Amino acid sequence: MIGKPHIGVLFSRVRVEEKWIFSALEKRAVDYERLDDRTISFDLEQPQPWQAFDAVLERSISFTSGLNATRLLNAFGVPTVNSAAVAEVCGDKLVTSARLAQAGVPQPHVMTAFTSEAALEAIETMGYPVVLKPVVGSWGRLLAKVNDRDAAEAVLEHKATLGSTQHSVFYIQEYIQKPERDIRAAVIGDRVITAIYRKSEHWITNTARGGEGEICPLTPEIEDLCLRAANAVGGGVLAVDLVEHPQKGLLVNEVNHTMEFHSLQPTSGVDIAGEIVEYVLKTANSAQHSTQIEEQVC
Amino acid sequence: MSTVNCVECEAEITLEDGTEVGEILVCPDCGVDLEVTSLNPAALELAPMEQEDWGE
Repeated sequence: MIGKPHIGVLFSRVRVEEKWIFSALEKRAVDYERLDDRTISFDLEQPQPWQAFDAVLERSISFTSGLNATRLLNAFGVPTVNSAAVAEVCGDKLVTSARLAQAGVPQPHVMTAFTSEAALEAIETMGYPVVLKPVVGSWGRLLAKVNDRDAAEAVLEHKATLGSTQHSVFYIQEYIQKPERDIRAAVIGDRVITAIYRKSEHWITNTARGGEGEICPLTPEIEDLCLRAANAVGGGVLAVDLVEHPQKGLLVNEVNHTMEFHSLQPTSGVDIAGEIVEYVLKTANSAQHSTQIEEQVC
Repeated sequence: MSTVNCVECEAEITLEDGTEVGEILVCPDCGVDLEVTSLNPAALELAPMEQEDWGE
């Protein structure tokens, strides 16, 4: 018999998004548990306590913690939103770009190299300016706009010398002269539910860096591009960031798997937290239904 | 609503109704990030430093 789903919410900090999600869960009288990723542990020989969850919503701030927790939960048969497979793709810009390229989704020109010498050659091939990005990281941290060879040599040397090994994967992206804004769209399952412009005079338009939100009307082109990007990374609850290239048109810049929506929700007026909760409940119900069918077959 | 002191500068901070354990507050006096670790009694700790893999 299918009962009331038991939901876990894995988190690190109670940001405004988590408060909205908890509130949406409570409003629906959902049986849920808060799982602080700093205090949990997994016993691989005793997965049963974790298997009591019908679904877990992953909201960790730490990519590493969230990824490994969802890997274990998925291995225990517990569905997560998003899945570990999606987190693996979205948490690494190079893997995301590879998937987008494989799916033919338009994106900025990207080159990658594994030594500073090869990276310098790639940058010279692409032409200045370029943007160097860490493959793992967020909130616009450690992005470098490189305007000339002198800057390229300096940044590459610093990354190679001071950075961890992941900084030796040089992710080089064309610099796009965008109209002082980018677009963030929320995709939930097979729907693009809303989008905003993130405006800033700075070339980094991330709202975590002070970019301001303004409603962006959803066009068929935006919806199509966002859904293709979401499908390319495996689907789920995703934030797709688009940039407007002056010649190439709309391009997918990033796909985020633990979406922040502190600007998106109030600017758009869309209850994103509620939509996420509904998606998690749907995931939990599907899992319960599948288990029931398996039991009947056995 | 309850009050608690900043662990860095001892400024008095008011926890509004609806404050949650795990929430981050910024001290209005010294600007440090503080994590709410308890509501009853109200308690704050310095929030963890941002890590390289943090984000969305």
